[in-house]
Amino acid sequence: LLALSSLSTRALRTGGWKMSFLRTFGNVLCRQTSFVRSARPIVSVKSLSSDTATQQQGQQSASNGTLHAKFPGALEASFVTSPKLSLPESIEPIPIYRVMNSEGMIDDPSQEPNLDQTTVKKMFRDMVLLNTMDKILYESQRQGRISFYMTNFGEEASHIGSAAALSPEDWVYGQYREAGVLVWRGFTISDFINQCYGNAEDLGKGRQMPVHYGSRKLNFVTISSPLGTQIPQAAGAAYAFKLQPNNQRCVITYFGEGAASEGDTHAAFNFAATLDCPVIFFCRNNGFAISTPSKEQYRGDGIAGRAAGYGMAALRFDGTDVFATYNATKLAREYVLRENKPIILEAMAYRIGHHSTSDDSTAYRPAEELEVWNTVEHPITKLKHYMLQRGWFDENEENEFVKSIRKQVLSQINQSERILKPDWRELFQDVYAEMPTHLKEQMRSMEEHVAQHREHYPLKDFKQ
Amino acid sequence: LFTKVITFYSHFTPTRTAANCPFYLAVPTLASVKHHTPNMNFLRKAATTGAMGLVPRNGRPTILRHSSHFVYQPDAKPPVEGPTQKMNMFQAINQAMDLALEQNESALVFGEDVAFGGVFRCSMGLQKKYGKQRVFNTPLCEQGIAGFAIGVANTGAKAIAEMQFADYIFPAFDQIVNEAAKYRYRSGNLYDCGSLTFRAPCGAVGHGACYHSQSPEAYFAHTPGLKVVVPRGPNKAKGLLLACVRDNDPCIVFEPKTLYRAAVEEVPVAAFESPIGKADILRAGTDVTLVGWGTQIHVLQEVATMAKQQLDVSCEVIDLVSILPWDKETICNSVKKTGRVLIAHEAPLTNGFGAELAATIQEECFLHLESPVLRVTGWDTPFPHVFEPFYIPDKHRCLAGIRKLIDY
Repeated sequence: LLALSSLSTRALRTGGWKMSFLRTFGNVLCRQTSFVRSARPIVSVKSLSSDTATQQQGQQSASNGTLHAKFPGALEASFVTSPKLSLPESIEPIPIYRVMNSEGMIDDPSQEPNLDQTTVKKMFRDMVLLNTMDKILYESQRQGRISFYMTNFGEEASHIGSAAALSPEDWVYGQYREAGVLVWRGFTISDFINQCYGNAEDLGKGRQMPVHYGSRKLNFVTISSPLGTQIPQAAGAAYAFKLQPNNQRCVITYFGEGAASEGDTHAAFNFAATLDCPVIFFCRNNGFAISTPSKEQYRGDGIAGRAAGYGMAALRFDGTDVFATYNATKLAREYVLRENKPIILEAMAYRIGHHSTSDDSTAYRPAEELEVWNTVEHPITKLKHYMLQRGWFDENEENEFVKSIRKQVLSQINQSERILKPDWRELFQDVYAEMPTHLKEQMRSMEEHVAQHREHYPLKDFKQ
Repeated sequence: LFTKVITFYSHFTPTRTAANCPFYLAVPTLASVKHHTPNMNFLRKAATTGAMGLVPRNGRPTILRHSSHFVYQPDAKPPVEGPTQKMNMFQAINQAMDLALEQNESALVFGEDVAFGGVFRCSMGLQKKYGKQRVFNTPLCEQGIAGFAIGVANTGAKAIAEMQFADYIFPAFDQIVNEAAKYRYRSGNLYDCGSLTFRAPCGAVGHGACYHSQSPEAYFAHTPGLKVVVPRGPNKAKGLLLACVRDNDPCIVFEPKTLYRAAVEEVPVAAFESPIGKADILRAGTDVTLVGWGTQIHVLQEVATMAKQQLDVSCEVIDLVSILPWDKETICNSVKKTGRVLIAHEAPLTNGFGAELAATIQEECFLHLESPVLRVTGWDTPFPHVFEPFYIPDKHRCLAGIRKLIDY
């Protein structure tokens, strides 16, 4: 009783603990009553001892049968009579599923997804588009034309491969390095660049930093900067979809291995598991959270290794392999919708670019390491090899494609730069569904001020 | 610990009353709200006698809580026409959630321990009526509850999420402030979580100490995008909750927990909504404006009577009801009329919501003020256990405040 009473102090405050305590303890009491009635001896569990002889004897005789009730917190566990440390070393690391090697060869033909030429070409081109756009927008930030940018270098395959395996109806909650998912779904070059400029064509009305994309039409929930927050939200959305009749829609949420250290990730994993949410937790493990290498981020077997602790399925795969990503996501989607259960996918990759335009990654990692990932282990290189073998790759055609993308991106930058920013009064809109009185007053006050001090404000850049 | 266990069993003796029942354990016989009108005499007695002092229990005198620093003043008349039922605040909230679940097929009620009825009995019978899919327990994790609720609301479904105590809302602060409040704005209105409502028991309860007494409304009042309301009794609790569920913005209802059982009044049986953003003038007066919300309203009502009797001062009592957005017009009109204002809240003084009211009042009513704006509030300390009677802005401190305003 005393031991049970010393529940965590956290439990003490909940108020409900007394009730649940009563029920739990009441059950135990009832069962105890029954064995007292049948006059059987009380549990003969041997005292814990490191003595080998006692250990062996204990292990043979001890079993769940000797206790007349089960601990509700671990119903399936059996007894042992010597302390058995569960060491992390004794758990086999989750293997990395791969379909295609560095030369674009399929390791196991049964795993070939057999995608047609059009689909594979779209995959390749979307990856190239993303890569090309990234290079130019990165440079344009360097020239001070946009305020901020984050590239997707090295992770193109995990975006495209997963997006291709989803239904366009599936909702996506991202972190910020998943622009490829939008590319696949049809977000245009102008959509991307207008957002980065925050001009009047930006769907988000110029309120967020660059790369914080969102699209209602493409079921891509608007990105926000706080890390990990989207993960429990994805679980909630998945739960709501599950309750809709004939639900054919799942939710996928992307996050980095650094974000996985946030409390929200724990919350999301546990909520999704206990509330049976059809959600795919897609972790992009690219080895770094800004400058922090993953070995300073966690000591367990990555993020997939946590799944079992939450009672969840997991799959780890090569995130530089677009086919492994595709197969894994397809499998995960079928699983979550069939079982109404969550799954953790862990895409292993390497963040080739700097964390953002505000970061210089040479300060914390060697150039040689980067070089390997930027060449032989690059997702685009791998798919190119695969296409070459199939005779689906045409060098000239591809060069033309890259050239045309460059041209489109550059011309869009020029165009987006010239589009006026939204009416500055948009600053006050959408705080609430309807503007409350105090905000109307504040907007009027700013209108008066601006009218009197026009020369101090960049009004010519904004729509009137 | 042993004492704790003994106390625990004694709660299940038939002699248990509202007075000797700890605030976090409700009366299990009040199982059905809709079809059962319990005898509430003992509750009124508890409220009017102050529920403090020595009450014999199990043949032994036991020191009980020192909680009721207020006398509950029921609303003069029900907010809408139609049949009414006498109910306390947890029953009114229960009925509001029942109606919300009935009216919206997508509505969900969840939080820690809500499935069996909630530690304050607010969700009694709802799981049985609406099923485990719609009324359910979550793991013990406030940031998870908030994030999950936002996700539910993103799809357009109604989420009514409970934070077991307002004191434990802080783990969810990031989700509420950075996410819920900014969802519509940052997405250019592509996505929102307007269909979510958080409920959180708040305020002094006699012995809640640091983590069962807080009034955190001011933290949230500083967050554009949220709506924050505090009911003063069953009618407001029901009307505001239904309004928040209907509203298209994320709302927080801070429910003064000491009123769950102590506040009893006639409540319309049908669904109705109390407007968000609208203050209520509960008593008209000419000399001093008294502004408060939640439990403090009942303190102020009594103070107004005392001021009339002892000082011959006529007080106008206003329940602010809605913290964000708040009803500037009603408050300022009253202050312009009386020229004096006392703001009282349980939360600490510095940067409490009273500060916002005071600053606005001096800006809007400068030429009408006969004395400085006065705030009578909790002290700038954590909420203490045994010192609660010295911490709260009780009627005596408020009356002394009125004296100060008049003598200025």
